[in-house]
Amino acid sequence: MTKPLPLLAVFAALLFAACGGDGDGRQSVLNRGLATDPESLDPHKARTVQAADVLRDIGEGLMSYSATGELVAGAAQSWEQTADSLQWTFIIREDARWSNGDNLRAQDFEFSLKRLVDPATTSFYAQIIEDVVEGVTARDERTLTFRLKRPTPYFLDLLTHPSTFPIHVPSYERYGDSFARAGRYVSNGAYVLDTWLPGSIIILKRNAYYWNDDATAIDVVRHHVVTQEVAELNRYRSGELHITSVVPPDGFAQTKQAFGDQLRVAPYLGVYYFGFNLTRPPFANNVALREALSMAIDREALVDKVLGRGELPAYSWVPPGTSNYEPVRFRYADLSQSERNSIALQRYRDAGYGEDKPLEIELRFNTNDTHKRVALAVSAMWREVLGVETRLINEESSVFLSNVRQRTVTQVFKGSWIGDFNDAHTFLGVMQGGSSTNMPAYANDEYDALMQRAASQVKLDRRRLYLEEAERVMLADHPVIPLYFYVSKHLVSPQVQGWGDNVLDYHYSQHLSLDAAR
Amino acid sequence: MLRYTLLRLLGAIPTLLFVIALAFLMVRAAPGGPFDSERALPPEIEANIARAYHLDEPLPKQFLRYLGGLARGDLGPSFRYRDYTVGELIANAFPMSLKLGSMAMLLALIVGIGTGVFAALKKNSLLDRAVMAVAMTGISIPVFVIAPLLVLLFAVKLQWLPAGWSGGGGARALILPVITLALPQIAYIARLMRASMIDVLGSDFIRTARAQGLGTARVIRFHALKPALLPVLSYLGPAIAGILTGSVVVEEVFGVPGLGQFFVRGALNRDYTLVLGIVIFYATLIVSLNLLVDILYGVIDPRVRYR
Repeated sequence: MTKPLPLLAVFAALLFAACGGDGDGRQSVLNRGLATDPESLDPHKARTVQAADVLRDIGEGLMSYSATGELVAGAAQSWEQTADSLQWTFIIREDARWSNGDNLRAQDFEFSLKRLVDPATTSFYAQIIEDVVEGVTARDERTLTFRLKRPTPYFLDLLTHPSTFPIHVPSYERYGDSFARAGRYVSNGAYVLDTWLPGSIIILKRNAYYWNDDATAIDVVRHHVVTQEVAELNRYRSGELHITSVVPPDGFAQTKQAFGDQLRVAPYLGVYYFGFNLTRPPFANNVALREALSMAIDREALVDKVLGRGELPAYSWVPPGTSNYEPVRFRYADLSQSERNSIALQRYRDAGYGEDKPLEIELRFNTNDTHKRVALAVSAMWREVLGVETRLINEESSVFLSNVRQRTVTQVFKGSWIGDFNDAHTFLGVMQGGSSTNMPAYANDEYDALMQRAASQVKLDRRRLYLEEAERVMLADHPVIPLYFYVSKHLVSPQVQGWGDNVLDYHYSQHLSLDAAR
Repeated sequence: MLRYTLLRLLGAIPTLLFVIALAFLMVRAAPGGPFDSERALPPEIEANIARAYHLDEPLPKQFLRYLGGLARGDLGPSFRYRDYTVGELIANAFPMSLKLGSMAMLLALIVGIGTGVFAALKKNSLLDRAVMAVAMTGISIPVFVIAPLLVLLFAVKLQWLPAGWSGGGGARALILPVITLALPQIAYIARLMRASMIDVLGSDFIRTARAQGLGTARVIRFHALKPALLPVLSYLGPAIAGILTGSVVVEEVFGVPGLGQFFVRGALNRDYTLVLGIVIFYATLIVSLNLLVDILYGVIDPRVRYR
């Protein structure tokens, strides 16, 4: 066999042609996992959690968060509001610069916020600003004024959101909508986009013009796109990643045992729920039935035995830890599960069902391990306590969403909501009549009126009372069954310093550093 | 031969048009749309987006618009990667897939042919059986099982090789994906080569060559190898198809930014234009590769003539 030798040589040559090498080893390089590619790094077009994670590294709004999630000044050095909270004025830092050295101007913010709400931009997040902001004006290079439609206690939090980040106007004028690409992108955050290989990696380099560059420790941030949770875990185990974006549900106990305090689990502002289709029988106009199904679920068992990752059982819609808010709990929350079960059975019978006439329903979710486990557990509880026959239907996620939104075949569906900012409104707003995010089609005039009153309230404690009352009204109607509150889960290498757990699960690379000795 | 080539190319056009129409319809028939999310959009914003991407037009009009773009070589904007056009995504991803695929193909040919010939020479020995048993296992185990096993062994346990491709990881990062992709093909080619070699070695002209006193190495190199390669050559088409489909899994597991990965994600995200673009690209590729194999066949086997 002498023939293959030249072929072998070609093979070897190809192999080495592919070799680039990592280059500068003295730089501090952070490797992070990212669950999917951002759909865009244009702050006005980005939509997913992952896009926002990368954007928080390369851009900066007027406000920002510390490693532990406290609101801090971002590009603004100071701000003030009028007594009625309807007008806000921000002064931009004198040393705030774009990554090409240009001054960051108030006009950049004005331009960007106007582009955000321009229908032609087709931004997914235009609404969070449109709902609140009446107008924005740059009074000079460093002074920016907002007029608000209503007092908004979470306004400063809103200004940390990537959709409110400024874009570099000259770049936009030059490249149009495709300015957010490697080689063109001029940004104002601690890092600047260096390379983006869709499906693989996003590489960020330190922005030397960033106003707080002295405090930045890591020179290069590499966001590795790893869609499979197990693949990400393997990459962490082989030392290729410092931080994972998630931890796979399978074998969580082993992972916990193997990695000890490298596993970071923290409360997260997100609720996992089952929703009812309120437009059709059997759930339309049937509070008793909905309540029965809600009460019959042993949430403690669900989080301990089925999930086991530190999730909290949910007896409210708004998660605990939401600022300036005390979540209202179901009235039955203080009862024991066996007491709940007997009341649930009573309510089930009130609704006209029983052993001779069991309820038969379909429970719909998008194909996913966790959803399947939860659905199986809940359907078993329903059968045991009430005798309900549940058919589990899993669908590929686009099919699932389209079925849920059409509200024809759907009866009970899996849902989740992740807060955009730390305020009860981001959760309670979901259930308002006519809201496009109101999946069960919940409609209650009293609830909507309370939400309106809360929205026009200047005083924080007053607003809070209205919001809490609204949640109480909504929970009593049982349009949804909150099951558990999420926790964020990451593996963080002992080399990583400065990591802070926070309810929003934001981890800016600029707050981190690497201690190679560990 | 030029006439033959041209005729074949012309014949490919209706095939491609059919593929495009079918893919277009199938992609649109799938429920849901590219901008669906649990975080549903207000209707007016949804309408804006639909208008911006011409999704509000009737389907036939959209199809004609698409064909019009295609005629100008424009595959349209990606719905999911809003900063990129489909053409750019394919142009970025294809070299990666090509590198991965051609290395896997080359590896499969070298190792597959080598083992096949070796096994044929040691026909029915213990070694032959062992090699063929391994090959059978290689064919039966799917790529999505082999890949994580290799990662666990070489990346996690031994830490010799990286578990994934990560931009600038260099050649080392490609070793595991290439091997994973090549393994089933190696197995198949080895079995094919063994059978064909045994067949050729038993034929009259080989006996004649042997009778002339030629050594085994010489007989194989100058007389047996070329005719024995024919079945392997005709297998190249299916092998390439196998590597293309295998790359879908391999690229996903190892995070290689190739076409396979975009194809799967595109389908899941309802990225209509991206899926269509890749289908068209693959279809064109396979049609031309099949043509190439047919032409190569004539070069190796003088009995084949083109008309």
